[in-house]
Amino acid sequence: MSGKVAISLTVNGETIEALVAPRTTLADFLRQDIQLTGTHTGCEMGVCGACLVLLDDRPVHACLMFAVQADGCAVETIEGLTHRRAIDDLQKVFHERNALQCGFCTPGMLVSAYGILASGGEPDRDGIRDALSGNYCRCTGYEAIVDAIEMTARQRRQHREEEA
Amino acid sequence: MKARAFDYMRPKCVQEALEAFASADGDASYIAGGQSLVPALALRLQAPGLLIDIARLDELRGLSIVDGHLRIGATTRHCEILGSNLVREHAPLLAKAAPFVAHPAIRNKGTFGGSLALADPASEFPAMALALDAIIEIASVEGSRRVGAGDFFIDLYETALQPGEIITAVHVPVATVKTRTAFDELARRRGDYAIVGAGIDAQMQGGFVERMRIAFLSVGPTPVRVSAVEAALTGRQLTPEAIRQAQDVLGTELDPAGDEHTPPKMRRHLARVLLGRLLGRLEANV
Ligand SMILES: Cc1cc2nc3c(=O)[nH]c(=O)nc-3n(C[C@H](O)[C@H](O)[C@H](O)COP(=O)(O)OP(=O)(O)OC[C@H]3O[C@@H](n4cnc5c(N)ncnc54)[C@H](O)[C@@H]3O)c2cc1C
Ligand code: FES
Ligand code: FES
Repeated sequence: MSGKVAISLTVNGETIEALVAPRTTLADFLRQDIQLTGTHTGCEMGVCGACLVLLDDRPVHACLMFAVQADGCAVETIEGLTHRRAIDDLQKVFHERNALQCGFCTPGMLVSAYGILASGGEPDRDGIRDALSGNYCRCTGYEAIVDAIEMTARQRRQHREEEA
Repeated sequence: MKARAFDYMRPKCVQEALEAFASADGDASYIAGGQSLVPALALRLQAPGLLIDIARLDELRGLSIVDGHLRIGATTRHCEILGSNLVREHAPLLAKAAPFVAHPAIRNKGTFGGSLALADPASEFPAMALALDAIIEIASVEGSRRVGAGDFFIDLYETALQPGEIITAVHVPVATVKTRTAFDELARRRGDYAIVGAGIDAQMQGGFVERMRIAFLSVGPTPVRVSAVEAALTGRQLTPEAIRQAQDVLGTELDPAGDEHTPPKMRRHLARVLLGRLLGRLEANV
């Protein structure tokens, strides 16, 4: 029992074929098998949000699924989002606004923020806090993170208006 | 902690899933969204030898109108309920409850059928299935059967599901012009399981209650209908006096348990407050 299973998925746009033990979580697969350590693990039970990645473009917890379940899917990690420059503006404002201190929660925060802003809307502060309810930060007190996401949403709207 | 080693399979159809379970001598578990099962495996609360992944089965997907009911495929994810116009129009109570279910990333994977199968008494959708008098469609190797929500939730995490059975869909009677609904819950933090929550599905005509179903979550081992309160309001207008009386009836009908944060008296008080708010919203039609 419990032999390894062949899976094929894309991670950050690259096709990956691998043999995994069914009990390996997607988080452990990313961090240990393919050395993408930007995805953090904290609670490993869906509570802290440090492990968020995009699965078919939606934020999910990499600790709450097994790598075998991602077979045939598209996974994108904080590394992928960074390399394709999808969150340059968010990262810049996080930096300017001091929205990170130790940085442990930051990859998860950025993936959540990507999800919040993906709809193109401009959520209010309550809406942003609500959407971040599954992301723990032990350093910043959240205020600066909410500021940064709010500011990025505004900048993106202004940008769109200038283009139009 | 990590899950114990297990085998994994992804069947092509419901029949294959049922047969795989039957061959596993009880040492198997279905996995849908995995948002409750994966933590349970990690904590070794469960350690099945085989996981049968039903999340991608076409037969379990989709939202559609069938025979005056909204058919919700079992693997419909919470985020799909939240974003669906069909749900907003035909099952507004579910649309109102959906934002309260967990956090966005969990809603992106957790499924409607999984939520009912787990039957956590603090979960929103099981209680709303009760308030909506939903019908649960179940498949087994013997065939298919239907169970009303009122007979489905039996005890803490215990349902009418027999080992190996799969929820295939849930059927919710569609809303009419008379339908009014309200949902709310009290939680310490948004996204946390509620201290107490409730949803109401009512038929109102000219300000009078023709029929009302009220279901509470987080007040006992199962979701709870409060039939004495419903009876007390039927045929009446939702005047401040009627609402006050309903709150008094609730105070005697509800017998919630306590936990380390919330003594029974506090929970009963909060339930009364919540009921008053919800009835006020029904009256104002907001
Ligand atoms: C941090 C956190 C917070 C949460 N907060 C909330 C909350 O506030 N409210 C809430 O309602 N939920 C909450 N959840 C739970 C979440 O909504 C779950 O996704 C849901 O309850 C179970 O659905 P699932 O598809 O993930 O089921 P799984 O985890 O895949 O399965 C759960 C159980 O149901 C069985 N099962 C699944 N589908 C079927 C089926 N079709 N037929 C038969 N059996 C089946 C499985 O075998 C398993 O025993 C939370 C979860 C986490 C991790
Ligand atoms: S590690 Fe996944 S939520 Fe904490
Ligand atoms: S910056 Fe340290 S946990 Fe958020």
